[in-house]
Amino acid sequence: MTVADNTAAANVAEAAEVTIPAASRAERFASYDVEAFEVPGGREENWRFTPMKRLRGLHDGSAPATGEAELELETAPEVRVETVGRDDQRLGQAGVPSDRISAQAYSSFEKATLVTVPAETKASARTLVRLHGPGEGKTAYGHVQLRAEQFGEATVVLDHVGSGTYADNIEFVLGDGAQLTVVSVQDWADDAVHVSEQHLKLGKDSRLKHIVVTLGGDLVRVSPTATFAGPGGDVEMLGLHFADSGQHQEHRLFVDHAVPHCKSNVLYKGALQGDGAHSVWIGDVLIRAAAEATETFELNRNLVLTEGARADSVPNLEIETGEISGAGHASATGRFDDEQLFYLQARGLPEEEARRLVVRGFFHEILMKIEVPEVRERLEAAIEAELEAIGV
Amino acid sequence: MATLEIKDLHADVVTDEGNKPILNGVNLTIRSGETHAIMGPNGSGKSTLSYAIAGHPKYEVTSGEVLLDGENVLEMSVDERARAGLFLAMQYPVEVPGVSMSNFLRSAATAVRGEAPKLRHWVKEVKDEMGQLEISPEFAERSVNEGFSGGEKKRHEILQMALLKPKFAILDETDSGLDVDALRTVSSAVNEYKSNNEVGVMLITHYSRLLKHIEPDFVHVFAGGKVVQSGGKELADELEADGYVKFTTEAAV
Ligand SMILES: Nc1ncnc2c1ncn2[C@@H]1O[C@H](COP(=O)(O)OP(=O)(O)O)[C@@H](O)[C@H]1O
Ligand SMILES: [Mg+2]
Repeated sequence: MTVADNTAAANVAEAAEVTIPAASRAERFASYDVEAFEVPGGREENWRFTPMKRLRGLHDGSAPATGEAELELETAPEVRVETVGRDDQRLGQAGVPSDRISAQAYSSFEKATLVTVPAETKASARTLVRLHGPGEGKTAYGHVQLRAEQFGEATVVLDHVGSGTYADNIEFVLGDGAQLTVVSVQDWADDAVHVSEQHLKLGKDSRLKHIVVTLGGDLVRVSPTATFAGPGGDVEMLGLHFADSGQHQEHRLFVDHAVPHCKSNVLYKGALQGDGAHSVWIGDVLIRAAAEATETFELNRNLVLTEGARADSVPNLEIETGEISGAGHASATGRFDDEQLFYLQARGLPEEEARRLVVRGFFHEILMKIEVPEVRERLEAAIEAELEAIGV
Repeated sequence: MATLEIKDLHADVVTDEGNKPILNGVNLTIRSGETHAIMGPNGSGKSTLSYAIAGHPKYEVTSGEVLLDGENVLEMSVDERARAGLFLAMQYPVEVPGVSMSNFLRSAATAVRGEAPKLRHWVKEVKDEMGQLEISPEFAERSVNEGFSGGEKKRHEILQMALLKPKFAILDETDSGLDVDALRTVSSAVNEYKSNNEVGVMLITHYSRLLKHIEPDFVHVFAGGKVVQSGGKELADELEADGYVKFTTEAAV
């Protein structure tokens, strides 16, 4: 198992060797039924970083739904939205819950929202699905599925705002040749707890750009899992997160290469500031024996801006075939780079301005890949606001 | 007319294993219009001297003074020193990913000049200086120093000097990593800056080849963390012929 060098003192230490995790990701249990999972105690591999007490019972069955999340939609004219019952045959196609909260959400939701991009259609505008949490002190479960039929193309923003406790599954089902850009924004109020498993299923020759942006909330845990239904699939998974004092932000990625000639590219960047700010990034990539000519790369970088913040970063690359085109991973956690700061100050920039430049520069690489202007602008504003908050 | 005085400067490098004394009583006075070459063997503390003057947090001044026109430089923050007119062309310029050279240069010029340069003048100014240094225009949109070759970094250090117009410029081994043509280009940019501005230059180098392009008024031999001998240009020739051996053994006793 590879554990990245997370000591805050190490200025951008790299961990790039390829190693096999102790327990193969291939053996991770998955089920739609919550009762099939044992109640996690917190020591399990996939829970060991999560503050269980702050899950408000989502994991142990003690959190019945007491509210509902509300949806607000702005859809492109070509895109179809339906509200469907639990029995809709299309649900669950993108993947099976792989942890107890995800299964709890799957067992608990009453209605699902299904957003469909019709075959051979290119949406003329972005689609916005804004989800308002159930409200402070309330719990809700949800289910959203985005379907891009064969050769459909669209950009969809899933915006999570408001208060409360919320667990859900989000499915992305891409037909052959479909091209989808999705942005999942977690911009919750301070009290919110959100646990989300996101299932990415890529059809033959389809392309998915999956962007996760986590800014708010008390505890946010997003677990995207990507699988390929046919060869030629290409998934780009981008993440940007900014944790403040007391916030726990966890992103657990799993890319399951079981099909030949597919590509995955993961880039997550996070900044942390303030006492008790904690981010966790897990990047599991499994290249199964059949997945010849796989190309994969994953990278996680964290920037610790103040004392008392902590980033855990664990990339795992597991390879069962020798016939791959390329694979690599890296993880680095740096304290704010004093050399960069010195260099900029030595050119006359006051310390605060120099810090801003460095942080903006840190996120620049990823912002440039977010081609949805409204999301990019919102992120730029959010980053400025975060910087404002610590007076840098 | 400005004066930079370094008086009995002692400084440590701060490491994880504790402080390590490097500078051992440096005395040097530079006036505007003068060029002082500082020549010394590797590890003698030349970069430490330049960092200590610029205020790098890894170097701690333990005693002595640095005065700019009588003002105590050591009490100023790093950026205050730069705005007061000190410039350090670094031996190893730092990469700043995601920050474009053009944004960086304009922010720096704004900070040092106290107001944002007028856009039209600025664009021309940068273009002219880049042309003089034979820097291709595409560098303006690249991240600061990221992926630059050693020579490209050094050209950009001199570009920054030319744009920020310091009263005193410390050039720390600006010649290292430059091939013959690049050395000529960079030297002529430095000479041009010298002739058009009342600048004092501290030219740190290990080799005398740089001094064939940029003529020093004074040459100081630096060894064991201090100036061990000072003289005119002829001292550089002597060093070229005999090397540093004489000075390193003297400094050791
Ligand atoms: N960051 C550092 N950590 C440990 N030792 C250092 C550091 N910087 C400089 N030194 C030591 O200080 C001495 C002087 O270094 P430096 O000033 O870079 O010399 P020069 O520029 O003359 O080659 C050398 O012995 C070097 O190893
Ligand atoms: Mg040096």
